[in-house]
Amino acid sequence: MINLNIDGIDVSIEEGKTILDASRKAKIKIPTLCHHEDLCVAGNCRVCIVQQEGAKGLVAACAMPVHEGMKIHTNTMEVRRSRKHIIELLLSEHNADCTKCYRNNNCELQSMANQYRTGNEMFLDLVPEKNYTIDQSSPSIMKDDSKCIRCQRCVRTCENLQAVSALAVANKGGKMKISSFFEKPMHDVVCTNCGQCINRCPTGALIEVNNIDEVWEAIYDKSKHVVVQTAPAVRVGLGEELGFHAGSRVTGKMVSALKRLGFDSVLDTQFTADLTIMEEGTELLTRLKKALVDEDTSIRLPMMTSCSPGWIKFSEHIFPDFLENLSTCKSPQQMFGSLAKTYYAQQRNLDPKDIVSVSIMPCTAKKFEADRPEMRDSGYKDVDHVLTTRELAIMIKQAGLEFMEMDDQKFDSLMGDSTGAATIFGATGGVMEAALRTAYELVTGREVPFENLNIMPVRGMEGVKEAVVKIENPVEAWKFLDGVELRCAIAHGLTNAKKLMQSVKDGKANYHFIEIMACPGGCLGGGGQPIPTSQKIRDQRTKAIYEEDMAMPIRKSHENPDVTKIYQDFLGEPLSHKSHELLHTKYVKRERY
Amino acid sequence: MAENKQLKRVDIIFSEECGFKEILSDALKMDNEKIVDELLNSGLRGRGGAGFPTGMKWKFTAQEKGDERFIICNADEGEPGTFKDREILFKVPYKVFGGMAVGAKVIGAKEGYIYLRGEYKFLLNDLQKHLDEFHKTLDALDFDFRIHIVTGAGAYICGEESALFESMEGKRGEPRNKPPYPTVSGYKGKPTVINNVETLVYAFMICRLGSEKFKELGTDDSRGSKVFSVSGDTPIAGIYELELGMPLQDFVDEFGDGDTKAVQVGGAAGFCVPRKKFKDTVIGFEGVPTGGSMMVFNSSRSMFNVIHNYLEFFEEESCGQCTPCRVGCQQLLLGVEAVKRGDKSIDYLDELLKLSQTMKLTSKCGLGQSVANSFSSIVDNFREEMIY
Repeated sequence: MINLNIDGIDVSIEEGKTILDASRKAKIKIPTLCHHEDLCVAGNCRVCIVQQEGAKGLVAACAMPVHEGMKIHTNTMEVRRSRKHIIELLLSEHNADCTKCYRNNNCELQSMANQYRTGNEMFLDLVPEKNYTIDQSSPSIMKDDSKCIRCQRCVRTCENLQAVSALAVANKGGKMKISSFFEKPMHDVVCTNCGQCINRCPTGALIEVNNIDEVWEAIYDKSKHVVVQTAPAVRVGLGEELGFHAGSRVTGKMVSALKRLGFDSVLDTQFTADLTIMEEGTELLTRLKKALVDEDTSIRLPMMTSCSPGWIKFSEHIFPDFLENLSTCKSPQQMFGSLAKTYYAQQRNLDPKDIVSVSIMPCTAKKFEADRPEMRDSGYKDVDHVLTTRELAIMIKQAGLEFMEMDDQKFDSLMGDSTGAATIFGATGGVMEAALRTAYELVTGREVPFENLNIMPVRGMEGVKEAVVKIENPVEAWKFLDGVELRCAIAHGLTNAKKLMQSVKDGKANYHFIEIMACPGGCLGGGGQPIPTSQKIRDQRTKAIYEEDMAMPIRKSHENPDVTKIYQDFLGEPLSHKSHELLHTKYVKRERY
Repeated sequence: MAENKQLKRVDIIFSEECGFKEILSDALKMDNEKIVDELLNSGLRGRGGAGFPTGMKWKFTAQEKGDERFIICNADEGEPGTFKDREILFKVPYKVFGGMAVGAKVIGAKEGYIYLRGEYKFLLNDLQKHLDEFHKTLDALDFDFRIHIVTGAGAYICGEESALFESMEGKRGEPRNKPPYPTVSGYKGKPTVINNVETLVYAFMICRLGSEKFKELGTDDSRGSKVFSVSGDTPIAGIYELELGMPLQDFVDEFGDGDTKAVQVGGAAGFCVPRKKFKDTVIGFEGVPTGGSMMVFNSSRSMFNVIHNYLEFFEEESCGQCTPCRVGCQQLLLGVEAVKRGDKSIDYLDELLKLSQTMKLTSKCGLGQSVANSFSSIVDNFREEMIY
């Protein structure tokens, strides 16, 4: 342990930690901008400067390792004056038209400017000097350079956390800016639309493309029947935007709010998550049978999940040789979309052209996914509009709803019922766990041999997780799996995904089934979730997801009565012709650069 | 200006009659401790400008654990007004290689690199030829060490040692956070000695001359001699090896044109000394240090133009990663323009001076930290020229 003194307070902290870590331990707040706990240290914004006795100049608390006997002062005249200067410098480069900004009231620069009472002594306004551009080409992410403070959080996110490197620093000096790879527009650059950059942007330089107005328009259009689906992770994140602490489950209030907003039917993506398990589980078992029994060498294993559109686009760019390994299942959002305009329309006696299908997602890549040309199997655009958790919160505020006071309501029927297995889709390892709960039972006739169905080895925040499930005494139809050890792997965050896939590609790993989610922590840490997102917040949302699962009366996808019903009434059976038509898809090879 | 007052010339760096191979083979037989002791005793400090004791640098790196270490010659000579490393590499490249080999022996490096300024690519062919010869000499001495030359791409910031490592690693040339220092984690994260071209030659020559001889030159704080690049309003612009610790007045008496109003010591990142302070200013680490650049200005020069030129340079050459340097340089540049135009009051210069102090205190690397040197020394001393 290293002992140091900050503002007269003695602190002990492990070696290798920084002054910033120590100050937090001592409950002394040092402001930061470029620092983000998910990312490596940058030390480039300099607002965290403090005085270290004996050091030349001031030091950046986020980048300076502690050492024995250090004496730090965080609030001297010099520190305060310098910090104010730095904030004023940032503001001078920044388009501070706050009232028109999407991040107004949730902007780290704005709150810092407010604290330091910047104003009259401002430096020259540099904004007119700059040729700032707004890139609106992407269906998911909007990049406004005039709001950028060049902290490079997005660059580090894209490179270190996601191994994508769509965003990069270009030029130097006064012309230095955050650009895209080869300055390509966001639409053309190799970007997975994951939105993790948005989640870490301290200002409004990176935001999701807003679709709120289109949704209001559809709601107000009397000739339209507007259905809405909500992803599992939304219900454990939405509360944060509306006054609840992180990790609050607000499912019932969210349903009430959606009904009050005027949606004609409030349904659940979790229904199609359960359906995904039926389709994907059957696909896995079929692949295993073809590979193990029929010895069909054209069958590609490991099979990989396909729920995460960020991951899908990543693999299309980076691992195009593995597209046949991807499950052909559409994501739950897109399964829902195509069923909304076929099955739902039929059952409700509606003309699908009058149905507007909206989804609420923790994700920005879902906006891109809904736009994919493959996603029109109903004969229409399967999902018309995708809103992030944040956008839904804005609609709720716009409608003047007192969210915290709302009563709990249930999803509408037909495509609104789901199981605990679907809920955990929102957490890393959740799809794997849901699939195992169902597949194991289909094969053996017994429940998975884990206490309370909780398959702990696939849970948690480790970057790459592995699990082996041994199949013993299967039922007659699956006899060939007797004694087979089903080897599974799970990765979340694209850097981890790349690591895992590389080991598969190099032949170093031998799995049957892989779950990959593009975002750290899975969908609950998605790019469309409330800002800020941190490890602590992801942990709280995870806890909430598993609580929600435990609270569900049914916790296995194959026991969802609505799923049984849709197979009886409409689809026939998993992997039927109809389900292939509506619930499965193809992938396209994309360029690496 | 009297010729009998001429400053003492020194001839260590460029002297050809040094018996290069003999020095090399003797040095490679010396004890590492002995070499370090000699360097420490000599008082040799880095000649790139920052002045860190060379012996300490070598000693620290030698003490680090790890299988791989590097020695790097910083030949990214980019400071405005400096051109002495170019001359050294052109005239006595083998002495630079020799210094690297001795350093490699002390720290246990098998590989060394010369990071050659992009604009000096014209030196590359000759340098490589000399290097091939040098490698043969090393082989003959049975010393396992190889030097590679890498070229920069023209960014001033890459002369900053940690930005130089980044550049060598194929990344954007941006300075790193310090600590860790290069002696602990430099090129490829390995313990690294990085020395200026001139420093390596002195280190090499100290092995021959002995530290006592070297110490006879200079002052307590600034031992030995130094190569100066003299430019500007001087009838005898050029490269001179002079004893350190000279009063600036003596320098002006010899190199000025009789009408010298200021000398910019240490390039754009250095200090501007006005006429009234020539007598009290010592050129050396105890006074005004320089990496070699001495720019002489006579009374026909506008000091506004001088600082404007420097600020334009810094505004463009800042890597842009840290706020005080990136935005500070822009504000200083546009600020002095606004004052000159009358758009901002004279008092705004005081705001800018305060800002330059913030840049000095808070910038991540030496670039941003040293903008205040020229800015405050010019604005303070030539305030009226900023306005009228």
